[in-house]
Amino acid sequence: MTDQTTPLVELKNISISFGGIHAVENASVDLFPGEVVALLGHNGAGKSTLIKILSGAYKRDGGDIMINGEAADIRNPRDAKKYGIETIYQTLAVADNVDAAANLYLGRELQTKWGTLDDVAMEANTREVMGRLNPNFKRFKEPVKALSGGQRQSVAIARAILFDARILIMDEPTAALGPQETAQVGDLIKQLKREGIGIFLISHDIHDVFDLADRVFVMKNGKVVGHARTEDVTKDEVLGMIILGKVPPGATPGPGAMKTA
Amino acid sequence: MADTVQSTNNSTTSAAKAEGNIIARFFRATEIDTRMLGMIGALLIIWVGFHIMTGGLFLTPRNLWNLSVQTASVAVMATGMVLVIVTRNIDLSVGSILGFTGMVMGVMQARFLPEIFGFNHPAIWVIALICGLIVGGLIGALHGSIIAFLGVPSFIVTLGGLLIWRGATWFVTSGQTVAPMDANFRLMGGGTEGSIGATWSWVVGIIACLAIIAAIVNARRQRKRFAFPRRPIWAEYVLVALGCVIVLGAVSIANDYYWPINIARRYAEANNIAWPEGGLLISQGIAIPVLMAIAVGIVMTFIATRLRFGRYVFAIGGNPEAAELAGIKTRWVTVKIFALMGILCAIAAAISTARLNAATNAQGELDELYTIAAAVIGGTSLAGGMGSIAGAMLGALVMQSLQSGMVLLGIDTPFQRIVVGIVLVMAVWLDTVYRARSK
Repeated sequence: MTDQTTPLVELKNISISFGGIHAVENASVDLFPGEVVALLGHNGAGKSTLIKILSGAYKRDGGDIMINGEAADIRNPRDAKKYGIETIYQTLAVADNVDAAANLYLGRELQTKWGTLDDVAMEANTREVMGRLNPNFKRFKEPVKALSGGQRQSVAIARAILFDARILIMDEPTAALGPQETAQVGDLIKQLKREGIGIFLISHDIHDVFDLADRVFVMKNGKVVGHARTEDVTKDEVLGMIILGKVPPGATPGPGAMKTA
Repeated sequence: MADTVQSTNNSTTSAAKAEGNIIARFFRATEIDTRMLGMIGALLIIWVGFHIMTGGLFLTPRNLWNLSVQTASVAVMATGMVLVIVTRNIDLSVGSILGFTGMVMGVMQARFLPEIFGFNHPAIWVIALICGLIVGGLIGALHGSIIAFLGVPSFIVTLGGLLIWRGATWFVTSGQTVAPMDANFRLMGGGTEGSIGATWSWVVGIIACLAIIAAIVNARRQRKRFAFPRRPIWAEYVLVALGCVIVLGAVSIANDYYWPINIARRYAEANNIAWPEGGLLISQGIAIPVLMAIAVGIVMTFIATRLRFGRYVFAIGGNPEAAELAGIKTRWVTVKIFALMGILCAIAAAISTARLNAATNAQGELDELYTIAAAVIGGTSLAGGMGSIAGAMLGALVMQSLQSGMVLLGIDTPFQRIVVGIVLVMAVWLDTVYRARSK
């Protein structure tokens, strides 16, 4: 897949700072269709910040976002959704107090011809999507608060699928889940990948994502240490990148790579 | 619906439970909100308690009719306060906005407009009311903009508003009371003139019953179309019957309250009706302010549950960040909520100035607290994300019932406030217990 010439997403030389602190500095990351790219780094390495620029939650100070080789103008979450970018956040995914259908359609509600909410149609579609995703899901009328972590995550993922996402961003998608639910999310990622969706997986834990990812990008102190295909490096080498910023021979160094004497 | 799904899901446990308890099964089938039912229960206890303590004065058509009129103003504002509190804001300025918009409407109809149109011209009340609504909406939008775009907490903005608009109310007429109001405007305050009489009350009642039937039939048809679980058919009949009995009962009580004898006598003389033996019994019917409050309640419920805007309000209350990330323009929603609150204050101001037949600079003082209390007693959570319009209106009725009952008992004003304060705290405590248990 990586032999394709135009990447689905290309973030070029992205920078953002908060009050003089460079949260992300000159970072470049790319993603091809049907590829899973893991973005790794310690807490505070800048990976979530970088990805929030792509999803429209933050405005970048410098750099370009290219979607399918064309410059994309992303200033807020609505813009990002127009480009088919859907984000699944670790904790902020859902409004707890409304039901699954309301969450799936949040911000994009179906309306009847009188401009009122078409709740039945939304519920029907929700039942269909959730049926595909998680056949055991039955609690359609309850606030999402009442659901388990895995069920909430499946609601968040269903939201992305429902709107035909081409680029999916998953921020620590399995952090709140048990082992069985984590496996479920893993299967789901493989399924989405087969459908040609490009997926960014963000994690501070390499074990969560190493087996799912085609490539890894490692960030440290707001800079990209380097990137590598997962078959070319070992977990330990990637750990070395995360902790020390030491780039192994199988990887391509970035601006944040440790300077070797 | 959720419950029916669930009971099929883990059928063994819940079916056994449901069979054991007829009452539980009844509530599950009819989907009646038990917390709402608790409030209605509390209201009935208050009513019956006062009825006994006052020696049969409370549950009379006359007192209940007055109660409905007295509740209207705060009930109107409480519907807006629900949306404000649901989004984790507060509005302390509603009483002052009521005072200011009331004064604007008063000056318009008592001073400016008669000079143009002459006294009691039919256009006066409309223009005055529209001016009030616009002023209210603008004040609310200003508050909302400061909260949303400048990031000042709503508590502070509206605390400032409380002082500013009360001061402005005083400033408009240098503290003078403006009276009397326009004759047509005054109808919004209720009273003998401002009620719609027996025939129209029945018409309203029957329309309401038809609407209840249509709503239930439509909901059932919709669920059938998508093959969702439905209520058992007997439960639908029970709901229709219950709704109609309540509506028609309320109408018949309103119609059982007759015109005061002197007004009836004057009316008889004016229309050359012979004065009958037992006195002339002319029904008041439903008061116009009550109709206004009910209309506001219906419109606000529609906004809160059927429109995108309402969905956004609740989503923001549940998780502001998720709402923002879902692409909702949360700031604009905040501005709209406060603008709506301002408009509702103006409607409440119309009702209360019309009822008093004067606009005073003390109008609506402490109403912000009664409004917040009504919303909170009605189940609106100060933590955000939870609340219902109907609950808040019921909360307003509970508050007014307490006050009215204590007046009938001859309890002093200071002690009334003590009781209302205690009830507020108790109600919220009970609600907390209920919520903790239902988790």
